[in-house]
Amino acid sequence: MTGGMSGLDEMNDLYEAIILDHYRSPRNTAAVVDADIDLEVNNPFCGDEFHIQLKVEDDSVSEVGITGSGCAISQASASLLAELVKGKSAGDVQAAVDAVRRLLKGEDVTEEELDVLGDIEALEGVRKFPVRIKCALLSWVGLDDALREHLAK
Amino acid sequence: MSNFDIDAIRADFPILSRKINGQNLVYLDNAATSQKPKQVIAALTDYYEQTNANVHRGVHTLSIESTDDYELARTKVAKFINAPRPEEVIWTRNTSESLNLVSATWAEKNVGEGDNIVITVMEHHSNIVPWQQLAAKKNAELRYLAADEDGLLDVSNVDSIIDSRTKIVAATHMSNVLGTINPIAMLANQVHAVGGVILVDAAQSVPHMAVDVQELDADFLCFSAHKMLGPTGIGVLYGKYDLLDEMPPYMFGGDMILEVTYEDASWNDLPYKFEAGTPNIADAIATGAAVDYLSELGMDNVWQHEQELTAYAMEQILSLDNVKVLGPKNPCLRGGVISFIHDTIHPHDLGTALDQQGIAIRTGHHCAMPLVRSFDVVAAARASFYIYNTKSDVDALVNGINETEGYFSR
Repeated sequence: MTGGMSGLDEMNDLYEAIILDHYRSPRNTAAVVDADIDLEVNNPFCGDEFHIQLKVEDDSVSEVGITGSGCAISQASASLLAELVKGKSAGDVQAAVDAVRRLLKGEDVTEEELDVLGDIEALEGVRKFPVRIKCALLSWVGLDDALREHLAK
Repeated sequence: MSNFDIDAIRADFPILSRKINGQNLVYLDNAATSQKPKQVIAALTDYYEQTNANVHRGVHTLSIESTDDYELARTKVAKFINAPRPEEVIWTRNTSESLNLVSATWAEKNVGEGDNIVITVMEHHSNIVPWQQLAAKKNAELRYLAADEDGLLDVSNVDSIIDSRTKIVAATHMSNVLGTINPIAMLANQVHAVGGVILVDAAQSVPHMAVDVQELDADFLCFSAHKMLGPTGIGVLYGKYDLLDEMPPYMFGGDMILEVTYEDASWNDLPYKFEAGTPNIADAIATGAAVDYLSELGMDNVWQHEQELTAYAMEQILSLDNVKVLGPKNPCLRGGVISFIHDTIHPHDLGTALDQQGIAIRTGHHCAMPLVRSFDVVAAARASFYIYNTKSDVDALVNGINETEGYFSR
């Protein structure tokens, strides 16, 4: 199987270059001082764990820090999330979370939404590997819930 | 090993000719469930096509035949584990139900405030949680026997852990994560000396080695058919007759009663007292076929085959630079379950990549979260062997790990 790696080439949709890059060098990993939102998300079934911190000023995310460990998909996804939310309003973040959910489930996502998501579109390949969708959504779902809770205060 | 013809064995398992993602299937997830030979599958279809009827009820031919077949399967299982009497074999849904049955009946009746229950740190969740719940309910203490850094049971302080207040020791015969084989007979001696009983979670041992309940002096022993070539949905609780006889029923319903009045009921004899309702007749009969298959091979041959494979796999996997193996390094102290961790590749990424190469392994916490965490990891990959696995399956695994390393370092 060496050389051709016929089996593993099929994984290229899952492990796109952007995903591997974010996995190896996650962005926005510095701790946020006086975070307004501070949560741990984890998937006990695979042991993935992330610590998500946000500072929210005037209803926008001014600072973000995500650290943790997990598989390549969950780590890259968390890093992509961190990149996206910075500077976004809570409403924009929630719209993006919703678009990512649809992207991973193979549902319609508009051109405008894809523009907002940018590199995150690379997660689309996860939909061919349904058991890994949870890995990709772990930090997104956690942040979405935490943001709703924060706004409700 | 005259009966152990690996090519003939492999030919009995139709699923082994399946392609997975275009590759030959290499099935290394046997600790989760085994594959089924055509003899077991045929027992299921034969039953439904030829014999199907309810048991212990009718006087018609089919009911008599299905009752005979159902009870014959029980006898086969009893003989397989050397139970003195077939009535000591209770059909359940699986190992978990067998464990819960003992916890909810024998232990419910016999464990009181201030007593203790002793388990090991290497138990499956299904042999932890029922005892946690019972200990909390009874104000009893749940004690753990530890493991040393090699993953062997630490019995240095067994005299103080098992004491006069110990009512039950519930221990796995073979760890589903570490592969460690535990000294059950010794634990049985210890707890019997203080008047308690021992329950053995034999889900990982009965499929792979000759298990003799009398030699172990096990009071209760639990296992599932689906890990030993049999169908899913059926398991076994073995219990010593006198213990079972004194236990209250677990569930109420048809077949488990002797006489019912509008006011009260009395319980049927063993084993029926614990088999309320129409039982899983077809799967019990197919379990008998699985036992026949294994008995034909000879459990000593099965064990020897897996020991050879485990020794080879340990050597191959340990030779990989970036891979660490959990549990005993000495293959003689473990069964054919090898959990391992790659330094840089997460088990789930490895699992997906191996699946692309047709190799099925388990990834995750293996239903033993506290144990896996005690190795400072949250998840591990696990390869586990059975009668149809070969050295070339091990080679495929090692090659698959190497290919995956190559892929992720591109």
